Amino acid sequence: MNILVCISKVPDTTSKISFTDGNSKFDTNGVQWIVNPSDEWYALVRALELKEAGGGNVTIITVGNAEDDAVIRKALAIGADDAVRINSDAKDSYYVAAQIAEYAKTKSFDLIITGNQTIDYNNAEVGGMIAELIGWDYVTPCNKLDVTGNTCKIESEVGGATRVLEATTPLVISAAKGMAEARIPNMRGIMAARTKPIAVVEPAAISPQIKINVFELPPAKAGVKMIDPENMDELVKLLHTEAKVI
Amino acid sequence: MYVDKFQFHDYYLVDELLTEEHKLIRETVRNWVKKDVSPIIEDYAQRSEFPNQIIQGLADVGAFGPYIPQEYGGAGLDQISYGIIMMELERGDSGIRSTASVQSSLVMYPIYTFGTEAQKKKYLPQLATGKMMGCFGLTEPNHGSDPSSMITNIKDMGDHYILNGSKMWISNAPFADIAVVWAKDEEGKIRGLVVERGDPGFTTPETHSKWSLRASATGELVFNNVKVPKENIFPDVKGLKGPLSCLNSARYGISWGAIGAALDCYDTALRYSKERIQFGKPIGSFQLQQKKLAEMITEITKAQLLTWRLGVLKNENRATPAQISMAKRNNVNMALQIAREARQILGAMGITGDYSIMRHMMNLESVITYEGTHDVHLLITGMDVTGISAFS
Ligand SMILES: Cc1cc2nc3c(=O)[nH]c(=O)nc-3n(C[C@H](O)[C@H](O)[C@H](O)COP(=O)(O)OP(=O)(O)OC[C@H]3O[C@@H](n4cnc5c(N)ncnc54)[C@H](O)[C@@H]3O)c2cc1C
Repeated sequence: MNILVCISKVPDTTSKISFTDGNSKFDTNGVQWIVNPSDEWYALVRALELKEAGGGNVTIITVGNAEDDAVIRKALAIGADDAVRINSDAKDSYYVAAQIAEYAKTKSFDLIITGNQTIDYNNAEVGGMIAELIGWDYVTPCNKLDVTGNTCKIESEVGGATRVLEATTPLVISAAKGMAEARIPNMRGIMAARTKPIAVVEPAAISPQIKINVFELPPAKAGVKMIDPENMDELVKLLHTEAKVI
Repeated sequence: MYVDKFQFHDYYLVDELLTEEHKLIRETVRNWVKKDVSPIIEDYAQRSEFPNQIIQGLADVGAFGPYIPQEYGGAGLDQISYGIIMMELERGDSGIRSTASVQSSLVMYPIYTFGTEAQKKKYLPQLATGKMMGCFGLTEPNHGSDPSSMITNIKDMGDHYILNGSKMWISNAPFADIAVVWAKDEEGKIRGLVVERGDPGFTTPETHSKWSLRASATGELVFNNVKVPKENIFPDVKGLKGPLSCLNSARYGISWGAIGAALDCYDTALRYSKERIQFGKPIGSFQLQQKKLAEMITEITKAQLLTWRLGVLKNENRATPAQISMAKRNNVNMALQIAREARQILGAMGITGDYSIMRHMMNLESVITYEGTHDVHLLITGMDVTGISAFS
């Protein structure tokens, strides 16, 4: 099975979030980049498990600049066979999805796996858009995936229940928690990644659909209010009037 | 469950001197330590037990012989990568780093450097995968800083050697499958050989009641007329330069490792100083506590630069033993001082196993003694700059 795994770089969760250009641009200065967790932990690892069990090839793709080669190398160190970088900023979800769809159309993948969402913008859009643009079925979120021949059995946790369905390849799915266990690369993998090919592909002429006007940080977290255990009335009152949860 | 909140500190942007690959290696080992070492290590140290289960993890992550070429099962990485791996392991625990140091620099390194092709093929791939664990026997009950006076010896019996004597304070000895042993031949020359567990007359009693490196197993190697096949000797290396070259490699790794322990103590103390309120303010707002923290990060930064430069020299095969002595001595002492200061910042909490500091502090008491004591490394520097030996 030939699998395309979409990976994206995101700021490490300990990064300081600030903005430039009149609060219209994310300030990347000093930001540590990591592979988006659900791309790495679930999408990539499950793809590798499927390949290890049934053969095939795992290609990773990212829309990004040369500095993104570091996250690509990490994915290659974990075990992907080869990598494609669409040489452009990731401008918005549609732009990214359309670039990946354009590339995928020229190849013969059986399965395209994205992470269910990135931890930066949390849009959860790219997978569905790719499917639409290349005319394949799309299943989201996938918490468990088994493949026999060209049939995929997928379990999804939706609203407290589990949905089990079957779909046939070619297929786009979004990977979420439970699909695989995160893998830590090892030194041999890191060495092997040195020589694995990264194909740099120039972007197709696609216009982004979104313009960001302004970013706003959420208000700073208020301190914790301590209430005397004797004073239950006060607690109930605050839960009602301030926290507005009862 | 215990959550390892460690965050790295890089005050002088030393990261810019590293490659992306170095940083990936660091992240890899750090993640492994956070996942498999930090949650269990305190418990094992308290019980004074080596966590056997981590051997496979150490092997999988590539901590055994990272700079040994791939054809013998290593990863073929450079010396800075090796240092980074040691730093991240020791950030977790000096005992875990010791296990990896011994396997890499004191067992795989001599077999790779002095061994025959047959020895390399037989042992290195097994050692790299952790299927076989090794130890290194140089120190004897009566010969520590002065190993050239050792009395452990071999006699040539024609088709084999007979080994007699004993070694003490040997890391990994209680569970090691093989021991790289240094012993004198009939001419009084120090020779290296591989002794296998199970060889009749060879036993490895464990050393108990340690207050330091409690999560690392230490023991003796006792040789009572042990028959060692001739093919187990390193054919060409004679004299102290054999074991000393291994120690050079290990000491280099320790100079990085100590930074890991220091960073962990500093990071814990820094976080604590911002959270702990006394007299209505975080204790980090008091000048005396700031002095401690400021001096810690200053010393850590100096050590980071020292080791980075040493790593570059080591990669170019230009690092001298005296330069390595300076880094080992400086960095281990730096880490020990930081552990002591950091412990005070935590007040009473600092003496408990809820924090790693006291464990690091006790561990570092061994690290400042083994692989050449703090004093002995000073004498090496002294001899290097004056040209006069003050050893004897
Ligand atoms: C936990 C642990 C693990 C170890 N693992 C190993 C191992 O795997 N393999 C191995 O071979 N060894 C190992 N060692 C042994 C270690 O290398 C020795 O302890 C070390 O070399 C010092 O020897 P010693 O303890 O006999 O001290 P001594 O040599 O007796 O030194 C005692 C004191 O005298 C000082 N001193 C000695 N000579 C001089 C001098 N000429 N001038 C001034 N001061 C001097 C020393 O600095 C020290 O302060 C380990 C030790 C420990 C604690």
